[in-house]
Amino acid sequence: MDRFVWTSGLLEINETLVIQQRGVRIYDGEEKECCMAILLSQIVFIEEQAAGIGKSAKIVVHLHPAPPNKEPGPFQSSKNSYVKLSFKEHGQIEPGRIKAVGIVGIERKLEEKRKETDKNISEAFEDLSKLMIKAKEMVELSKSIANKIKDKQGNITEDETIRFKSYLLSMGIANPVTRETYGSGTQYHMQLAKQLAGILQAPLEERGGIMSLTEVYCLVNRARGMELLSPEDLVNACKMLEALKLPLRLRVFDSGVMVIELQSHKEEEMVASALETVSEKGSLTSEEFAKLVGMSVLLAKERLLLAEKMGHLCRDDSVEGLRFYPNLFMTQS
Amino acid sequence: MAMSFEWPWQYRFPPFFTLQPNVDTRQKQLAAWCSLVLSFCRLHKQSSMTVMEAQESPLFNNVKLQRKLPVESIQIVLEELRKKGNLEWLDKSKSSFLIMWRRPEEWGKLIYQWVSRSGQNNSVFTLYELTNGEDTEDEEFHGLDEATLLRALQALQQEHKAEIITVSDGRGVKFF
Repeated sequence: MDRFVWTSGLLEINETLVIQQRGVRIYDGEEKECCMAILLSQIVFIEEQAAGIGKSAKIVVHLHPAPPNKEPGPFQSSKNSYVKLSFKEHGQIEPGRIKAVGIVGIERKLEEKRKETDKNISEAFEDLSKLMIKAKEMVELSKSIANKIKDKQGNITEDETIRFKSYLLSMGIANPVTRETYGSGTQYHMQLAKQLAGILQAPLEERGGIMSLTEVYCLVNRARGMELLSPEDLVNACKMLEALKLPLRLRVFDSGVMVIELQSHKEEEMVASALETVSEKGSLTSEEFAKLVGMSVLLAKERLLLAEKMGHLCRDDSVEGLRFYPNLFMTQS
Repeated sequence: MAMSFEWPWQYRFPPFFTLQPNVDTRQKQLAAWCSLVLSFCRLHKQSSMTVMEAQESPLFNNVKLQRKLPVESIQIVLEELRKKGNLEWLDKSKSSFLIMWRRPEEWGKLIYQWVSRSGQNNSVFTLYELTNGEDTEDEEFHGLDEATLLRALQALQQEHKAEIITVSDGRGVKFF
């Protein structure tokens, strides 16, 4: 390695100490050597070589060819155009950067690690972001189709139109009310309540005017697609339905089961018809009643329990299960 | 003892064997149970019973219907009877009880009426004479068990219409 000149290691007149690094060894090509100097003007560029098992970290310094009037050094000629500097104790120098050992070195290592982790996480979530973009595209697509239907463009029959409209109803809402738009708290819940009233009107009518809150939760979140509602938000919004004079209300049964029912729905009246049904059959379990009437078992049970509370039915609780009978205790002498 | 005991309609009604949660319904149910217990014990001339016997007796266990009144509910029925004056626990652990289809006061009244009617005030009777004597054959209290009789007489004693005394071979009563 002929670019080196022998030196005492002391500063020359017009030189100042910029930085000092311990534990550095100069290699001539692949061979280890001792105290020498290289003029900075000789350096073409510098690259890092990471440390490995049994290998120290290195800085590879690429050099111009030696000038003809160079001071004497360890070698007169060399076939190599680069030298490698090995760092046993870390803290390899980056050109222009103030290096550090000790705590600052540790800090820097931590910083690098954090950046690495960040990168990994970002990569992992790339797929989700792509999914979000696709979902957005789907919503846009259904919106455009909805508009086309509205304008009666394209060749779609009446039936298909109606069918598609119903799919849309159960699938897509434009502009879901989000926390960002309205912030959290009462204002948000009020807006949400109004939106719920709009979404739930038709499904409620289909289901006889009453739905359990879990059914509502599933239906609404399926329709929203993104920006899903938390159960708390749903409950809080539903609590405001009656106060806002919306056409639905939240009702909590004695058992704790929560339902949404249309204002026009009178559960107490349904009880009278439940009594008729039970009387016809002699006795019924919740499941049998649910099947007969076409309700969910949960709501069927609530209706039977309400009938019992009102004194129209009584219960037979045995190993065979829970059956409801007309309340003969009251009607018969 | 295969009596032609007429079971009430409730006995064939499965909900009868489930304690009803509705308060009004329960009231009717318990009233029906009390009445059934008393008429059952009256017909079978059963004046005392243990809770264990009760559980297995056809009274609370309708084998044909495959329904039994659970023991906790039996306890509730018995407590109702006690409150009404038709039942008295015979031990502290409430394992056996005296069942009186007529309350002691009612028996006392009947006995005193007979005593007055037959002009036997100021007479003395042994307990045995009252329940098993020829003179009382036509009376309702004929054949009454001693435990119930004693309580009836104690009720009269409270009203100062009788006094329980000791006679040569047991106990007797003097009527005033």
